[in-house]
Amino acid sequence: MSKTKTPAVVSGRTPWNRFAYNNNTVGYAFAAPFIIGFLAFTIIPMLTSLYYSFTDYNMINKSNWVGFSNYINLFKDERFLKSVGVTLQYVALSVPIKLAFALFIAFLLTRPSKLVSVYRSLYYLPSLIGGSVAVALVWKELFSRKGLININLAKLGLPTVNWLGSMTAAKWPIILMTAWQFGSSMLIFAAGLKEIPTSYYEAAKIDGANGWQIFWKITMPCLSPVIMFNLIMQLISSFMVFTQAFVITTGGPNDATMYYALYVYKQGIQMRFMGYASAMSWVMLLIMSAITAIVFKTSKHWVFNESES
Amino acid sequence: MKTKKIVLRIIYHIFIAGLGFVMIYPVLWMISGSLKDNSEILSGSLNLIPPHWRWENYKTGWAGFGKITFTTYFKNSIIITVIATLGTVISSSLIAYSLARIKFHGNKLIFTIMIATMLLPGQVVMIPQYLIYNRIGWVGTILPLVVPHFFGAPFFIYMMMQFMAGIPRELDEAAIIDGCSKYSVYSRVIIPLLKPALISTIIIQFYWKWDDYMGPLLYLGKPQAYTVSIAVKLFKDATSKTDYGPMFAMSTLSMIPVFLIFLFFNRYLVDGISTSGLKG
Repeated sequence: MSKTKTPAVVSGRTPWNRFAYNNNTVGYAFAAPFIIGFLAFTIIPMLTSLYYSFTDYNMINKSNWVGFSNYINLFKDERFLKSVGVTLQYVALSVPIKLAFALFIAFLLTRPSKLVSVYRSLYYLPSLIGGSVAVALVWKELFSRKGLININLAKLGLPTVNWLGSMTAAKWPIILMTAWQFGSSMLIFAAGLKEIPTSYYEAAKIDGANGWQIFWKITMPCLSPVIMFNLIMQLISSFMVFTQAFVITTGGPNDATMYYALYVYKQGIQMRFMGYASAMSWVMLLIMSAITAIVFKTSKHWVFNESES
Repeated sequence: MKTKKIVLRIIYHIFIAGLGFVMIYPVLWMISGSLKDNSEILSGSLNLIPPHWRWENYKTGWAGFGKITFTTYFKNSIIITVIATLGTVISSSLIAYSLARIKFHGNKLIFTIMIATMLLPGQVVMIPQYLIYNRIGWVGTILPLVVPHFFGAPFFIYMMMQFMAGIPRELDEAAIIDGCSKYSVYSRVIIPLLKPALISTIIIQFYWKWDDYMGPLLYLGKPQAYTVSIAVKLFKDATSKTDYGPMFAMSTLSMIPVFLIFLFFNRYLVDGISTSGLKG
């Protein structure tokens, strides 16, 4: 940025002034909250928990060093393995459904119309309130055995589903609730769609491309960086699924929705097996990093980068 | 040809509006449920107009649990949300300024760490942070819910940096020639121009914090300290049968702050989210 390292206007040349107006001093002064916060609320807790993951710490008794046994037990713990499985399944189902829906609606709302901004607000509303307990409680009632959905399915002569009581069905209300909050992804897609130069479309039309070809050859490649951004953001947030499952199913039936965060909460906060829960947090960090790394690595092949081509 | 176009347009609007109605139906159902009694709610009627307007649900709901009314819960939620939001805006703008505008040793490294922290799911640090807060005696107080916000939130730092990239550097340089220091460039040039990003930060952080359930669940011990999100769930936890009317009444009230913000700042919100996502 500045070619003028020390602005001439710095009055007085006392050592204090030279120190106070130096770029390094200014930079660290402004960045200090982040550095302190990062150390205090991320690094120190993480390292402490790394230590505890090798102990049997339970917040009451003195902790004993147990070596790798927490980690070994994790892989023998069927509930843990199942929770990894259902979490991955939830992520694999909810993220694509949510993003496909977001893209579809964003695409529909690019048509110039006075009502479009009203519609956009309408579709955005669920992601504004969807994380709240209030909505989760509504969901629980809608999908309960004698809830609104089942009663109306029956009225239409369709078979009813024991949504929250069946191991195969219980994931759907939660996935549907996640997909329902597609609003913020939709807004990001909409902004991305607006950035695509209309000249690209015109050129394609002149060359005789049909709507389908234009979508796959122009819209999708131009939108791929935005898709990548949404994908990463949604992957991370869907790994954190907690409130909905906690309120709607409490992890049941028979652990069918016992997602990772919920299981960590059960073991750590409720049962106070802090050593075990710490090990679980570290395994989750490794899984998450691996998945994010895979997405970034493969992105070279499908994310179209204008500066490179 | 022209009629075909008009028909297509009508179909388009019916589809979009219809789907939008289905989307917000659950919310409307909740609001209408706040004016019904248990049998009316559980009847499975799709009708949104309550047969009798039972405003007494709001009175019953507000009475709360065991002598603690919703006045207390709302007060707690407001205190936590306002402090946390202020902390986020102030600290994130300071950090964003240093990373976007000042060339100092370690700038790149701090930026990389910031992005890595943004990609770190909160649940991974849930147990580690709980252990630290427990050790320093913060569990059972509101401190774990507000203090960390004074140290910047990566998502908002990133959003503000994106926004600052659009503020011409010439303005900084002109201000410096006019006698500003790097400190006053922040307060006199950057902050006034950053207003839209600051407003979207306030809005988004406000409703994230207002809706937060996990934090209060972990750290607030006493019922007097509960937030609205915890209190609303108590209707369901009660051992006797659930009173749906009052539960939905309080659920509706709990959404009012978020609705108000949405109505007044809708534009800023949409812009903020759109810019934060660009060039990701």
